[in-house]
Amino acid sequence: MQLAVWTYEGPPHVGAMRIATAMEGVHYVLHAPQGDTYADLLFTMIERRAKRPPVTYTTFQARDLGGDTAELFKEAARDACARFQPQLLLVGASCTAELIQDDPGGLAKTLGLSIPVVPLELPSYQRKENWGASETFYQIVRACCTPHLPAPGTRRAPRAEGAKPRCNVLGPAALGFRHRDDVAEVRRLVEAMGIEVNVVAPLGATPADIARLGEAEFNVVLYPEIAGQAASWLKRSFGQPHTTVTPIGVGATRDFCAEVAQLAGVALPAEDDRLRLPWYSRSVDSTYLTGKRVFIFGDATHAVAAARVAAAELGFEVVGLGTYSREFAREVREAAKRHGVEPLITEDYLEVERAIQAVQPELVLGTQMERHIAKRLGIACAVISAPVHVQDFPARHSPQMGVEGANVIFDSWVHPLVMGLEEHLLSMFREDFEFHDEARASHLGAGARVPLELGSEVVPLAQPVPAPATVTPHAVAGGPVAWGKDAEEELRKIPFFVRGKARRNTERFAQDRGIATITVETLYDAKAHFSR
Amino acid sequence: MSAAAAAPPCAAPAERPVLRERGQHEVFCGLTGIVWLHRKIQDAFFLVVGSRTCAHLLQSAAGVMIFAEPRFATAIIDERDLAGLADCNAELDRVVTQLVERRPDIKLLFLVGSCPSEVIKLDLSRAAQRLSRQLAPAVRVLNYSGSGIETTFTQGEDACLASLVPEMPAEPGTARSLLVVGALAEVVEDQFQRLFAALGVGPVRFLPGRRAADLPPVGTGTRFLLAQPFLGDTARALESRGATRIAAPFPLGAEGTTRWLAAAAAVWGTSPEKLRAATAGGEARARQAMAPHRERLAGQSVFFFPDSQLEIPLARFLSRELGMRLVEVGTPYLHRAHMAEELALLPEGTFLSEGQHVDRQLDRCRAAKPDMTVCGLGLANPLEAEGMTTKWSIELVFTPIQGYDQAADLAGLFARPLVRRARLEV
Repeated sequence: MQLAVWTYEGPPHVGAMRIATAMEGVHYVLHAPQGDTYADLLFTMIERRAKRPPVTYTTFQARDLGGDTAELFKEAARDACARFQPQLLLVGASCTAELIQDDPGGLAKTLGLSIPVVPLELPSYQRKENWGASETFYQIVRACCTPHLPAPGTRRAPRAEGAKPRCNVLGPAALGFRHRDDVAEVRRLVEAMGIEVNVVAPLGATPADIARLGEAEFNVVLYPEIAGQAASWLKRSFGQPHTTVTPIGVGATRDFCAEVAQLAGVALPAEDDRLRLPWYSRSVDSTYLTGKRVFIFGDATHAVAAARVAAAELGFEVVGLGTYSREFAREVREAAKRHGVEPLITEDYLEVERAIQAVQPELVLGTQMERHIAKRLGIACAVISAPVHVQDFPARHSPQMGVEGANVIFDSWVHPLVMGLEEHLLSMFREDFEFHDEARASHLGAGARVPLELGSEVVPLAQPVPAPATVTPHAVAGGPVAWGKDAEEELRKIPFFVRGKARRNTERFAQDRGIATITVETLYDAKAHFSR
Repeated sequence: MSAAAAAPPCAAPAERPVLRERGQHEVFCGLTGIVWLHRKIQDAFFLVVGSRTCAHLLQSAAGVMIFAEPRFATAIIDERDLAGLADCNAELDRVVTQLVERRPDIKLLFLVGSCPSEVIKLDLSRAAQRLSRQLAPAVRVLNYSGSGIETTFTQGEDACLASLVPEMPAEPGTARSLLVVGALAEVVEDQFQRLFAALGVGPVRFLPGRRAADLPPVGTGTRFLLAQPFLGDTARALESRGATRIAAPFPLGAEGTTRWLAAAAAVWGTSPEKLRAATAGGEARARQAMAPHRERLAGQSVFFFPDSQLEIPLARFLSRELGMRLVEVGTPYLHRAHMAEELALLPEGTFLSEGQHVDRQLDRCRAAKPDMTVCGLGLANPLEAEGMTTKWSIELVFTPIQGYDQAADLAGLFARPLVRRARLEV
């Protein structure tokens, strides 16, 4: 048993949902109790997807456990096929259904469905979300591509004269950190080299598209956490090599392009002149970035890439590097050695918090969890990896990969920091009452970092006076207004972020009516008056 | 209105027809209640004994709305625990010890059962007794189930409060007291305190209290009013301690609040004049504040997907006080006895459904094209994308909506999506 406050990854069936939801023409019948339907909101609320995830939950209850939960599963699978008409059906169990051992795969087989059924065995008590996504994608690729396997010993036919080299782009999924925008950037990179994208998967792919994966010459693996397993199977089965560099940052993007050019047998084109990070980093304003202490934590791909960008492209000092992806601990350990830090491999949010507290970095690059830690500790932070939050799906194009990805990284990691000259002034005039290290950044206006009660400093107030609760003393309209003790107490129960407005409105209301002392009744009369 | 409220509620209607559905339930499980209960009982800690899914649910349900230092956590069962149950209990003791060491401020610890802990038949009540003995007197340990195979969403609060009832001290004697049951915002509790004082009803106590140690006494003199419509088990537990339920509609809207107060006033023998004097001001204020919302909402049709069991009282409020038309009122569970006064107030022929088959219900909703659909977070954006106006139901659980001075806020929650839709030109 493990004590968890927050978790970095959901259960493996949520990983399966991320694949099913990313694809078209796939439906997932999940044997699960009713509460497990919460997972839908990850997609509809956090990612703002306009469609329900293609998932049917059997939602069995305690009273079904004595009866026939297997029949319930079969009925749900039959209904889902009739209603949603998928081209491929995924079937599996969540943690609770795994315990009752109904064998969704075996049950689905008995239904005699006319579409391919892919049973998913995702051990909920051992594995987690990314593993579930990877396994699901791999099983779908195997199921769809196996009928098209080349006979053993056959060699790939040479490319037709004048035809462009073709690649697949593997890994982008639903609920991924900036996957939508990364796909656009990577497509731009490979197309600039005269390479055609055969299939992008799982994002936007149908089972029929997956069946065409073998037609490409090689695979571009964007996120090894999700596509690594499928890519190695494709390499073994179709002789397709795949990329090993994730193009996050300037150096990695250059390495990625070189790798792709070599795999496709094409010349490396000139660098895109939209790339601004190198000059921005060299310009004198960036001098103050030198040696900023940065702590990095996230999934392995993003954490390792961030460490390289931080050290080599922004001139930061990496003081911590870690991941929650145990499957990729080796890669993170190697990177940590390169940066001369102890790797932190853990799923325990509290351990990450302790590590951050211990090294006192000036910038944290992490997940939403580290953003929360950094906020509490008053440290600047930028998000670089899933788990994600609604803010990680910005309306604008905001990739991490490729040329524009590098530009986005420069902005989003540098802007949370205190800017150059401001930093000097802060250290010069430490004791200044308005301008001290607890102060907000100057562009946010004067004040403490902790938000004040809004409005309370705006309206000068008379001292509260005790007032009989039932009588409202009258005075001249427009005259000064005082707060009765009970009204003042009542006001404090209103949430702080609207309290200032409530205070101003009540005072205006009282003033207009010549009420000298605000009582609880006045407060609510005013609330009713302004309520529209 | 006041006169109507003073009169007894309408005669019980003939058994209303209800469509009972069985299929995919698109609802939260009872664990979700922890999200508000841990804020309400401020020195309590909720430890879910469950799977990674439970932890992820709490984080996702909470993460959409709040992201503060939590007073809840999950003891995640892993494959080693599944190997043998004796081991599981030892593991739980270890996790609890670790937790209590880290959080010495905890006075009351709830072990919360989940789907997996129930399926493997982990006996949390025995574990709670054992741990209570070990940790006494610093920490009291109780248990309840928030599992999705046993509970739907707000039933988690019911199970939690029911687990507190045996802990309530006995009230000696038969002197009358009022117990208001169900988690309410503090500002609402204070308003009700003042109203009951004006009615001459008292002493008044609340369950749950703000601190774990503040458990109100209960005995044969206790009369209780439910402030929330989903407290069937808690009511039964209180009745078994000798308390008597005061039947009433729920305090939503001006009418609901007056009828709710009037039900208590009747037990205390408050005169009609005194009742009117105490409630007329608040009621008039509520109506005045609701008037602009009523202009927007009157005549609009509304469709409820099942969620919190608040649907029937809300539907009554929307139809009687704001003039909305009820297309379908879905509820996860219909407690006929506790809902009798509400059902009597619903318009004749209101379409009620209990349980859910989400796909069939979506078909009905699309066919009916209501002006407003009240639904959970999983359905809201997809329905908006289809051109429907929605109100997420979870906000109705997390917002102070009871009582006179919140009636307009409640109306505003329904008006806002329509106002927004009218404003947007994109």
